[in-house]
Amino acid sequence: MTTVPGEQRSRLDPQPVSRRDVLGLVSLWSMLSAFAFALGGMLRLPKAAVLQSPSKKFRVSLPETLKPGEAFVPAGRSVAIYRDDGGVYAISTVCTHLGCIVKPVETGFQCPCHGSRFAADGQVVQGPAPRALPWLEVKQAGGVWVVDEEKAVDAGTKVNA
Amino acid sequence: MKAAVQPRPEPAPDAPPPSGLAVFWANLKDVPHRLRETAFRGGAPKTDRTRSSFIFGNVFLHLHSVRTHRWTLKWSATAGLGIATTAAFFITLVTGVLLMFYYKPYPEAAYDSIKDIHFVVPTGRFMRNLHRWAGNIMVVTALLHMARVFYTAGYRKPREFNWLVGMGLLVLTLALAFTGYLLPWDQLAYWAITIGANIAQSPREITDALQITEKFDPGGMQRLLLLGSDTVGAEALIRFYLLHVMILPLALAMLMGVHFWRVRKDGGITRPADADQRLGPPPRGTLPVFTQRPAKTYDIAAIVRGRTPAVNNGPENTVPSMPHLFYAELGVLMITTLICLIFAIVSDAPLKELANPMVPENPAKAPWYFLGLQELVAFSAFMGGIGIPTIVLMGLGLIPYLDREEAGTGDWFGGPGGPLLAWRSFLFGFGAAVLVEAFVIRFGWLRNWFPQIHQLIITAVNPGTVITLIYALYSIWLVRRYNSTRAGALGLFTCFLCGFVVLTVVGTYFRGPNWDFYWFPSDWPKH
Repeated sequence: MTTVPGEQRSRLDPQPVSRRDVLGLVSLWSMLSAFAFALGGMLRLPKAAVLQSPSKKFRVSLPETLKPGEAFVPAGRSVAIYRDDGGVYAISTVCTHLGCIVKPVETGFQCPCHGSRFAADGQVVQGPAPRALPWLEVKQAGGVWVVDEEKAVDAGTKVNA
Repeated sequence: MKAAVQPRPEPAPDAPPPSGLAVFWANLKDVPHRLRETAFRGGAPKTDRTRSSFIFGNVFLHLHSVRTHRWTLKWSATAGLGIATTAAFFITLVTGVLLMFYYKPYPEAAYDSIKDIHFVVPTGRFMRNLHRWAGNIMVVTALLHMARVFYTAGYRKPREFNWLVGMGLLVLTLALAFTGYLLPWDQLAYWAITIGANIAQSPREITDALQITEKFDPGGMQRLLLLGSDTVGAEALIRFYLLHVMILPLALAMLMGVHFWRVRKDGGITRPADADQRLGPPPRGTLPVFTQRPAKTYDIAAIVRGRTPAVNNGPENTVPSMPHLFYAELGVLMITTLICLIFAIVSDAPLKELANPMVPENPAKAPWYFLGLQELVAFSAFMGGIGIPTIVLMGLGLIPYLDREEAGTGDWFGGPGGPLLAWRSFLFGFGAAVLVEAFVIRFGWLRNWFPQIHQLIITAVNPGTVITLIYALYSIWLVRRYNSTRAGALGLFTCFLCGFVVLTVVGTYFRGPNWDFYWFPSDWPKH
């Protein structure tokens, strides 16, 4: 405030801040920012740096009798693996809506939780799911197949033996 | 009782001083009496003054004012719902601490320990049932209490901020109920938490559609903080346990303290401006307003905010809180406990099979108070789980700051429109929700008609947002029609209550496997 004292000052104008107040305010705000900083540091703790989760990559050998269009779901994995003339491919069975495990049926996939339905290639047909089911990376290694649940590939990517 | 104790005989003036041993013996005999006297200073609550000091001399009671207005004690003024919620909280507190003796927050061990509690631990099943029912009743009474405060316009000046504190309490209550839901680690729990955690992640529905998830991912961050991992596992269980037994109860207890304190400082329970005239003379059996000249301490302790100046006389139409208010509170506590006991005896808390991360329950249903939300997330995860709840909470929080009228404060359905408007809004809100639900169930929604439609359109236009919009427009129309914000708020609140009930009922009774619609559970397809 650069008002001339005593002249055009209204009593409603704020008082100019004195030097002592500036020092007080500075120390008050530095204390508050120290608290804010400490709070940020404390909040850092619950955000885990290392996630304890089992490997998402697994080996699987497909049964000889697997027919085209028939899903093979390895025990303990939320992946449906298929084999047809084009090759082997894997589709995630984790619903893109809220993470329930969809069930492979004749027409594609069905989610038990909120009624999303997917076509055989993972495209959303009905329900609240925002995205198609991702296709997962499949590789062949020494006679078995290696599927990586964390690596999505373009829909339609099939791997030949 | 003070009067029952014989005063010590005065020693004769010229008698020799009593021996040290005799004094010691006399003092020892006097210990029980002195103990009671020092613990409960002021004596039995029999006069105005001792009734007052009974309250402000007691750390647990002194949140109460020493005198209570007679309007507050009418059953129709509060229905005792706030006290019932508090009572239910205390029951969960006691039974919850007991359950902690045996519960082990580690996957599989958790399930086994709940089984032990249910089948082996003495009174374990009963305590678990009580804990579960008291938790459920706490949710119900908290919602009803909120409705009571709304319909009697109790959120108005000077109680605006306490309405916000109450909303915080409601959210904490629901969070406590939800975190408790995971702890048994059965199928029900596991999939409810999977869904809950993914709702926390649902802002990805927007960021994915905009293709910015890799750079900006608030949804993923929320889920990571909640679960401590990328799957629901041991980390998630210990986090939910910590929230359930420590963080949330502490936060709730703190906010409860603030809530009660402000009720007191804001002048007690809302009452109409002409409450005194309407009450008439006190009925027989009421303790007289003043049995003696008010003592100094009493005057100060009884000062609360009010609109009528009380000069040269005591606060009118108040009665001593001890016994009138306390006996009413104890009555509500007993009724709440009785209801919890009856439910705990007749209905066991469920425990399904051990959690199986590979096979969801079909249908996988959340606890009943979230089934309305589950119905909404079945339209859009983000809008149903985060968008609409945020809109509703913001709307509720704004009510006291928008409605600054005065007509009808303290009366049920007070204000322009009155009970008739509440009835109409009930019919409208109920009808609109049922019609939209029926339309969706019969004809489907955008994705059924346009399979290639963009996700953002579904996020913005889905049955949940349509119902919300209908209610909002209705409310705006009411504000114009009655020329009153209160009328709009009355309509909106009633509509949202109706919407909540309709969605919850549909989610509870009419949704079967794959979240399809069924009239009866007996129609559900067999495997």
